[in-house]
Amino acid sequence: MKIKITTKELKSDFAEEVKKRSGIDVKKCYQCGKCTAGCPVAYEMDYMPNQIIRFVQLGLKHEALTSRTIWLCASCITCTTRCPKEVMIAELMDVLREMSLEEGLANPLEKNITTFHEAFLNSVKNHGRISEIGMIQEYKMKRPKTVLQDLLVGPQMLSKGKLSFLPHNIKGKDAIKRIFEKCK
Amino acid sequence: MQIEERKKIGYYPGCAITMGSSSEEYGTSVLRVSEEIGPELEEIHDWNCCGASSAHATNHKLSTALSIRNISLAEQSGYKEILAPCPMCSQRLIISQKDVADDEELKKDVEDAIEMPCDGDVKIINYLELIKNYCMDEIAEKKKKAPKDLKIASYYGCLLLRPPKVLKFDDPENPTSMEEIVEATGATSVDWELKTNCCGGGFTLSRTDVVLKLTNDILECAADAGADAIAVACPMCHANLDMRQKKIGKEYKRKYDIPIVYISELIGLALDLGPISLGLNKHFIDTKSVVNAFA
Amino acid sequence: MGKKIGVFVCHCGTNISATVDVEKVAEEAKKNNPGVAYTTTYKYMCSDPGQKLLRDKIKEEGLDGVVVAACSPKMHEHTFRNAAVKTGLNPYHVEISNLREQCSWVHPDKPTGTEKSIDLVRMMTEKTRKDRSLTPIKVPVTKRALVIGGGIAGIQAALDIADGGHEVIMVEREASIGGHMAQLSETFPTLDCSQCIMTPKMVELAQHDNIKLYTWSEIEAVDGYIGNFDVKIRKKARSVDLDLCTGCSSCWQVCPCKKIKSEFDMKLGNRTAIYIPFPQAIPSKPVIDRENCILFKDSRKKNIKPNDSKVCRKCIDACPIAPVKAIDYNQEDEIVEEKVGAIVVATGFKELDDTSMYGEYGGGKYKDVITGLQFERLASASGPTEGKIERPSDGKEPEIVVFIQCVGSRDPAKGCSYCSKTCCMYTAKHTMLYKHKVHDGHAFVFYIDIRCAGKDYEEFSQRAIEEEGATYLRGRVSRIYKKGDKLVVLGADTLTGSVVEIEADMVVLASAMKAQDDAEKFAQKLSIQYNKDKFFSEMHPKLKPVESSSAAILLAGTCQGPKDIPETVAQAGAAASKVLALLSADELEREPVVAKVDRLPPPVFSTCIGCFYCQRVCPYGAIEEEDIKARDGSVIKTVARVNEGLCQGCGLCAATCRSKSVELAGFNDEQVYAEINSVEFN
Repeated sequence: MKIKITTKELKSDFAEEVKKRSGIDVKKCYQCGKCTAGCPVAYEMDYMPNQIIRFVQLGLKHEALTSRTIWLCASCITCTTRCPKEVMIAELMDVLREMSLEEGLANPLEKNITTFHEAFLNSVKNHGRISEIGMIQEYKMKRPKTVLQDLLVGPQMLSKGKLSFLPHNIKGKDAIKRIFEKCK
Repeated sequence: MQIEERKKIGYYPGCAITMGSSSEEYGTSVLRVSEEIGPELEEIHDWNCCGASSAHATNHKLSTALSIRNISLAEQSGYKEILAPCPMCSQRLIISQKDVADDEELKKDVEDAIEMPCDGDVKIINYLELIKNYCMDEIAEKKKKAPKDLKIASYYGCLLLRPPKVLKFDDPENPTSMEEIVEATGATSVDWELKTNCCGGGFTLSRTDVVLKLTNDILECAADAGADAIAVACPMCHANLDMRQKKIGKEYKRKYDIPIVYISELIGLALDLGPISLGLNKHFIDTKSVVNAFA
Repeated sequence: MGKKIGVFVCHCGTNISATVDVEKVAEEAKKNNPGVAYTTTYKYMCSDPGQKLLRDKIKEEGLDGVVVAACSPKMHEHTFRNAAVKTGLNPYHVEISNLREQCSWVHPDKPTGTEKSIDLVRMMTEKTRKDRSLTPIKVPVTKRALVIGGGIAGIQAALDIADGGHEVIMVEREASIGGHMAQLSETFPTLDCSQCIMTPKMVELAQHDNIKLYTWSEIEAVDGYIGNFDVKIRKKARSVDLDLCTGCSSCWQVCPCKKIKSEFDMKLGNRTAIYIPFPQAIPSKPVIDRENCILFKDSRKKNIKPNDSKVCRKCIDACPIAPVKAIDYNQEDEIVEEKVGAIVVATGFKELDDTSMYGEYGGGKYKDVITGLQFERLASASGPTEGKIERPSDGKEPEIVVFIQCVGSRDPAKGCSYCSKTCCMYTAKHTMLYKHKVHDGHAFVFYIDIRCAGKDYEEFSQRAIEEEGATYLRGRVSRIYKKGDKLVVLGADTLTGSVVEIEADMVVLASAMKAQDDAEKFAQKLSIQYNKDKFFSEMHPKLKPVESSSAAILLAGTCQGPKDIPETVAQAGAAASKVLALLSADELEREPVVAKVDRLPPPVFSTCIGCFYCQRVCPYGAIEEEDIKARDGSVIKTVARVNEGLCQGCGLCAATCRSKSVELAGFNDEQVYAEINSVEFN
């Protein structure tokens, strides 16, 4: 990749925006790579965690927000725990994910993950709690390639009584819907 | 309005361990053990989902609001402490509580969204903390059966310990609280290396391949360390290690047969409570070796 | 009768004149200001012609007070005062008005800067009116030096001072001199054998006529001041009489306690209870480790005198010296007193050997994860493995060794933000030593940056990569754990953007160079300043690198901050040169800007009420207690007295004194109030 810097391209709002939303100052990161070294999912990522921070440092918004990395992050928070400069990398990933969705830049290759989040939150919005069957149904409908996955697990769970057919609606169901509205 | 100080602890099961859910045996055993040795737990009235990974990963305000609503409800009922046995829930509640304390504007937005005030004085504890703070003496007194030669690997996962500056619970690299409880039940702890590694958590449906790889590393390490069973305190870790164990074995060409037991189930067995009453019949990997060790 | 004051306003090139109208300032200084007899401006007052102007005008105009409105007094107060001396004017009638650091450099708006400058000059003129002549204080000098610490820094400083013709006392707290350099195998960038280059210096020191060596001794107390220090040294009980002992080694060969972890070998090897730390120790005479010796353990348990214990007498029985044995179990600590004129602090560093804060690296529980100094001992021919690289756990030769840089350094999260400077070089060296001994071995280095700024250093580190074949991976290591008998190292290579997993046989942590554990206490004992990392502070980081905050106490070596051997030796020489300068005069002159507690005729004696708040706040320990006695010897009152030798003129006592009994010469109340009252407050 080539990074071109001119007076026009110098001013990047990206790092500022990220700092405002997260309180995290990425200037502290000296790219030591310890976050990458300890990340359990880094082996699967397109960009290493330290490279994502690098993108923010250099104002490369598109690269950061279209990466698969931010979706593959499991939020295990090992990186934040071990960072020698106390940069909160995992928390930064949350902000980047939120921004990625806002701008419609979520990488289509990780649609399974973004769809899962969608299905999960829809279930919470509708019932106040997770209805596992409902959530799985929505997920599989939107990701038809996953229909055959875990096909045997479902019946096993049912037979052990670990899957309820009917969703439990909390009394404050409508209050939850309003929370979702207010937090759009 | 006077809020009387309650001696009972507010119980927040969360979606994964509540009755009828995929990890209900955790909830069952927690309640059964508390019946036997206390402390008294009272389910928070009309609690909602804390939002888990999906909320914090996509919408900070929503995640905070969903969690704070529960803390607010607990406050209104006068509880001084909330027990959240599921570490996802306990972590989210604690982080949200801190976020709101640090950010006036966020607090306002959240209180507006949940239509309730929240002062955030309630202390949120995880299950290991509950046992260590309230039950160690009771276990020592009331434990009936010491198991013959049962080697347990304590698996903590991520959410009990990290981020350490916020959760302030145990040593994030070499924790020992679960081992202490395991030893209190009479079982033996094995020393093993990957007890704080991530199992892949919420990727169980969306990226099962990742979960299989991470859980294989964990199972392999525990097996090589000579563990007869793995103790957990997290329903996600349990699901990934228990429900998917056969698939992991197939994928990585190694037959594992390691029962995954909740720490609450282990305590229950030590107190000679019926295995079925603890939910030990609901696991995917048969737990009879563990149950028999206590027999 | 008023003073005739001259005001000289400096342009300082454009430093002042760019934001201050210097001509106007000079003009205004004369207006409405009786006593200001002469004003002028000049481009560079500090230059030769500038000073000549000053001298000429003092003489021509008959000035008996001077205000130089220029840069900070820290820059040129001495310059202008010396110029005054040449004309016969007492230098303490020359004051500096700081128009640069306190005005022109701070205010970009010219009218504001000019107005402020006019005020500043007026303040100083008013102060000058109240100036009194002061005479420098002369103190005698004891022409001896004390060097604390017997590592390479202390040894070099001691030799230089001794060769300069003065007596040196050296105090070393271990049983032998040599410090950490004696523990090293080969040194960069030459790969010289460390002990081979050091032992000649050690021997020279031991045999030098001008050097008196105390080993197994510590500094108990330091009192006094520049040129006149009273030092109390605690000679810890060695249990061996150094005058009788010949170092024959009969005693330590028969000692039954053979499994005590050797500190010199960084706990990788063992020593006996009566021991010399290493074969080339100087003095080559043993010491008994009373903590672990079974005779002393027995005597403590039974609460009897050591010599009454009969549990083991092997060493004393083996001692061939007669009629009195060289071993004395009942020997006790002894305090000796020495008087010196200057002190060199060369107390060295401590390696971060307790890695319990690095839980992710095992927290110290893995035997095959070792520190830099431990690797030096493995590689050393006189070490626990006679120079063979072996795993501490099973003695096998490691095929893959991983070296990790910056362990404990550059890590604010673990409380240490600085760079330890030497590790990049010594790790490159380690890879070379390893490859020289294990030809088919593989060395991997995880680094963040490679810092090789010294002479021949860059070439040295490149040699490790290009010729010796070490693989350098750019990234920190997140975790080390055991898998079977291997150590799994999870690191990163940011250059390829990958996680790197290595199954290593041994891991060497390049652990930080830290201040000694008791550095803070020691600094407080000597009243010298130290920084947040407990390294002793130099007076000025660039221009006064070897002077501590206390006069005549010099710093040398790693106690002042991480550095390598060439820098240490250079710094030691520099410290020695300062000492030689101090000891070259028969008397030392000190600035008379010191505090004084008033003394009045009886019955008052002093307005001091004896609360000693001044003593509590004095950073230099310069306040003493003086008993005012009646003729019969009874104490009337105890009042404060300032030790002029120690006082640095900071003025804290004058500010703190509740009874206004202390005044600072050159900054007394009259002078300060004159300044304040001259400013018109709106």
